[in-house]
Amino acid sequence: MVPGSGLSSDRRIGLPSKPRIIPPGTLYRGHEGMWSWVAHRITGVGIFFFLLVHVLDTALVRVSPEAYNEVIGTYKNPVVGLMEVGLVGAILFHAFNGIRLILVDFWAKGPRHQRKLMIAVGIIWVVLFVPFVIRHLSHVFGG
Amino acid sequence: MSDIAAPRSSTRSRSLKGGGRNRSGQTNFELYSWLFMRLSGLALVVLVLGHLFTNLMLGGGITALDFGFVAGKWANPLWQVWDLLMLWLAMLHGSNGMRTIINDYAEKDQTRFWLKALLITAAIVIVVLGTLVIFTFDPCLDPSSTLSVCK
Ligand code: HEM
Ligand code: HEM
Repeated sequence: MVPGSGLSSDRRIGLPSKPRIIPPGTLYRGHEGMWSWVAHRITGVGIFFFLLVHVLDTALVRVSPEAYNEVIGTYKNPVVGLMEVGLVGAILFHAFNGIRLILVDFWAKGPRHQRKLMIAVGIIWVVLFVPFVIRHLSHVFGG
Repeated sequence: MSDIAAPRSSTRSRSLKGGGRNRSGQTNFELYSWLFMRLSGLALVVLVLGHLFTNLMLGGGITALDFGFVAGKWANPLWQVWDLLMLWLAMLHGSNGMRTIINDYAEKDQTRFWLKALLITAAIVIVVLGTLVIFTFDPCLDPSSTLSVCK
């Protein structure tokens, strides 16, 4: 069984209101609820592992200022800077998709507005992510 | 993707009555866990996005982060409480989410047991360490500190 097929935990699934014909041969298959569920899970796991490492690196403030500065210095490296862009993109998605899940569960009209809520998540994500990327990368690449 | 195993997490009960047990005799743990994911999620939106905004967007962003930056922030009890709440809520929320995922994908009871044991151990170590770091932080470890407490 596929997660998102509706047999296990239906609240995760954005069922489209009318049946739609999926054109053959496109990369995209399944409902929006399927990929948003997978993406919510992957981003959640990613953030969790980042947090484990992040508390360890922050703990270096108890070792010495030099040790902390050296490790936080790697955060400023361009390659790591790009990873931070990925991390923030993941968090923004997980946060606003999470709010969507909450609205679907608690707001009486939530389930009826599944598609609109999905689109709203996409719009908010772009509106916050694009300015973030511009400002962050200008810091990282010495703007 | 049809080879993904069916989620095995127990079906959630939404009954709050019955002396801590619902009609089918289970406790309401999964219900509370489901509620906790949602409440902590709402709080984390503010805590984590606020953290990212102050540390990456304001001032020099990532280039301004160093020991002195942390000392400046933790001199303010607001940021101590902020980070403490963020640490606890993010770790509980994240660990609870990882528990669901282990239940979904680990097939054998033994595998699940050991993965969960590892998860709980890691979570406790990180929460205790992070809490101690916030409360025992010493800005004066830095001899060039300009904070008034160090003079
Ligand atoms: C920023 C605000 C956040 C919101 C609004 C949020 C919201 C949610 C919601 C509503 C769920 C679904 C729970 C369910 O399906 O029963 C969830 C799952 C999860 N979250 Fe978050 N979360 C946030 C931050 C985080 C953080 C910081 C982490 C990591 C430390 C994290 C890790 C996870 C994991 C691992 C799952 C389980 C995914 C799954 O079962 O498929 N989340 N989150
Ligand atoms: C690239 C992104 C990030 C940077 C540069 C960063 C930077 C920092 C810095 C400088 C501190 C020291 C104290 C402070 O400033 O408040 C800190 C602490 C902390 N951060 Fe982040 N952070 C990032 C992302 C995150 C995310 C996504 C989370 C949550 C999921 C998080 C959770 C925490 C926690 C819980 C602490 C306190 C640690 C402790 O108790 O020792 N951070 N972070």
